[in-house]
Amino acid sequence: MKTQTLKTNKEPEGMRPGSVAGTEVKKESADVPSDTKRSPAKTSSKKQLRSAGKQLTEDDLKEIKRNITPIANTPIVPSDIPEFEDTPERREKVALRKKSKLKRKLRDWGIFTGYLTPSFVGVLIFFFMPLLMLLKTSFQKSPTNSDFVGFRNYERVLTNDAFMSASENTFTFAIISVPAAVILALLLALLLNSGLPGKSVFRSILLNPMMVPVASVVLIWQVFFSYNGVINGWTLQLFENAKKIDWMQSNYAQVVIMFLFLWKNLGYNMVLFLAALGNIPSEILESAQMDGAGPVKRFFAIKLHYLNPTIFFVGIMSLINTFKIFREVYLLTGDHPYDKLYMLQHFMNNAFTHLDYSKLSAGAIIMCLAMIIIVGGLFYAESKFDSDVEE
Amino acid sequence: MDADTKKQRKLAAVKARRHIYTETVQPKTFFTLLSDEEKDKYIAGERLRLSKSLKRKKVKHNIITALGLILAAAISVVALVPIFFTFLNSFMSSEEIVSNYSVIFQSMSGYASKGATYLDKMPVLKLIPEQVTIKQYTTLLFMNPAYLFKFWNSIVLTIPIVAGQMVVACLASYSFARYRRKRREVLFFSYIILMLMPFQVTLVPNYMISNDLGILNTIWAIILPGIFSTFAIFLLTKYMRQIPSGYIEAATLDGATEWQIFTRIALPLCKNAIFALTILLFIDYWNMVEQPLVLLTDVEKQPLSVFLSQINEPEMGIAFAASAVYMIPPLLIFLWGEEYLVEGISRSGIK
Repeated sequence: MKTQTLKTNKEPEGMRPGSVAGTEVKKESADVPSDTKRSPAKTSSKKQLRSAGKQLTEDDLKEIKRNITPIANTPIVPSDIPEFEDTPERREKVALRKKSKLKRKLRDWGIFTGYLTPSFVGVLIFFFMPLLMLLKTSFQKSPTNSDFVGFRNYERVLTNDAFMSASENTFTFAIISVPAAVILALLLALLLNSGLPGKSVFRSILLNPMMVPVASVVLIWQVFFSYNGVINGWTLQLFENAKKIDWMQSNYAQVVIMFLFLWKNLGYNMVLFLAALGNIPSEILESAQMDGAGPVKRFFAIKLHYLNPTIFFVGIMSLINTFKIFREVYLLTGDHPYDKLYMLQHFMNNAFTHLDYSKLSAGAIIMCLAMIIIVGGLFYAESKFDSDVEE
Repeated sequence: MDADTKKQRKLAAVKARRHIYTETVQPKTFFTLLSDEEKDKYIAGERLRLSKSLKRKKVKHNIITALGLILAAAISVVALVPIFFTFLNSFMSSEEIVSNYSVIFQSMSGYASKGATYLDKMPVLKLIPEQVTIKQYTTLLFMNPAYLFKFWNSIVLTIPIVAGQMVVACLASYSFARYRRKRREVLFFSYIILMLMPFQVTLVPNYMISNDLGILNTIWAIILPGIFSTFAIFLLTKYMRQIPSGYIEAATLDGATEWQIFTRIALPLCKNAIFALTILLFIDYWNMVEQPLVLLTDVEKQPLSVFLSQINEPEMGIAFAASAVYMIPPLLIFLWGEEYLVEGISRSGIK
């Protein structure tokens, strides 16, 4: 407190809170009480103060307070807040300020909607409205006959064997292939990132499958995986008594489809992981190595934490791509594939061609709800995890 | 610290200040006890040991790298084989293809259940054609006008969707990234859900809406929903949120209008992402199968992707060339813009 007086004495009077010099003084005065002893400059000022021999009174303190405006680390006393007289001018000013605040808010909102409108209108017409129509038709007898039938459509769908097996297939496919895509891509990225020569060459090679259209490559997969296909030929050549497997018409079909999925998507996921791995500060890894952390420990204790958002992102992208696997399945096996390959999309396509709209809409709504729950859960988990890491 | 040592240290300090050096006695250790010869011997031995262990480490490292290389090479071979296979086979004569693969297509999975014979013949997988011809391509391009029409259909469908979606997405993602409010996040979340939704979910209502708009069975029934798809918005928003707010603040202080901030700051900073997204969207819509299948009942308007899957046995001779030609545009784009693509993808995943 004593030093504060001195400073104020030194500085010219009538300092305004906004001025640069003022802020400097404030900072120093805030620091002073903790380490007056150490810094020589401050001890000298103490001496000066002693020589001045000034006694601080309450009035002085008030004077100080008036001159040094409160900043973040000095508490604001109610008396510090200036009271304004209720004059008409003042009122006008306040009204104007409120108005400008509102105006700014409106302007922000206007810009936001302005930029969003093209997309929003389109989404409204082609996505939200259809969903609402779906919701409506799912409670009707049929799209044209608008008798309310309650939950009968849902009942019909949920007791439908085709729907149940389709959703089971879709779900198992997603729940196996999404983690597989994430983990394998991460392993690949770690492999390429471990100082392997020709990293960028491998990267571009592995990105290639993503660019190949499904319709083009389906031909090759047929050559490989059909009953008289190349893979069966190879196994027969290698093992005399090997049995031929009809890949697309047996329980192996799901494995084959997963392979196709991984073939297409691993490259993309790997590039994402490579970028994230490159972004980890190397000092942390080095210091961990100095402290004797092995590669496994370094991965789980450090890298995994930095990779977290990427893992989430890759998961979401893989989830999108699991729904696109329908293209492969459809082009390989047509409308009615083997039971294990019968996806929800097949169900919907077939319901559409059989004009069974009410069943279709109920199924679609159920799928929507499942999706919202899954994705919402994912986002919630991510935000939770994120806040944990930040702490 | 006791008084004696304190005194000693003080003395030492005084001596040091006066440049008086006292000799210190080396402590006796294992090494100092050795004679000179023995010392040399010992040092040589240590050197040998160290170099050996270093060598061993190097060998180990080399082996690991070699294993890694082999693994990576194997995976790359798996990734590339189907592509090479298609291209190489497209240079075979159609007789050769029929003789090689007719076995396969007689048992093709889709038809196996429908009473096709299970032959015991082996397919012949050949990478290098006996006779290199470009006959497949010539028959495809000059004798088969249907194919070229389908190719044109693919282009006409893909390019407007990609261009339109990019424009819409740039605007929308800017607004999502710049003006974040809690309630708007809900809207964004619903966009994400829409992005994840497979096309079949909104199939019926989309069908009805395009019927109402009178665009059913025209390419607009596919283009319009495609333009407003939310995938690009999701990725671009993620990207634009990485723009440091300081840039925008600085621009506003200098008096830039909102439109100027958008075109001069946001878009140039997202150049790579926009480029990468354009490629991703292009390949995605070039691939499109489900939508044209349902919404374009007119076979003549369907794109190549649907048509290719319907190539059957008699036309097998040109199937490989057809696949190869269909593959070429995305692969060319990839080769041309790989750097940007990798850069754009890379930054989208990092927070």
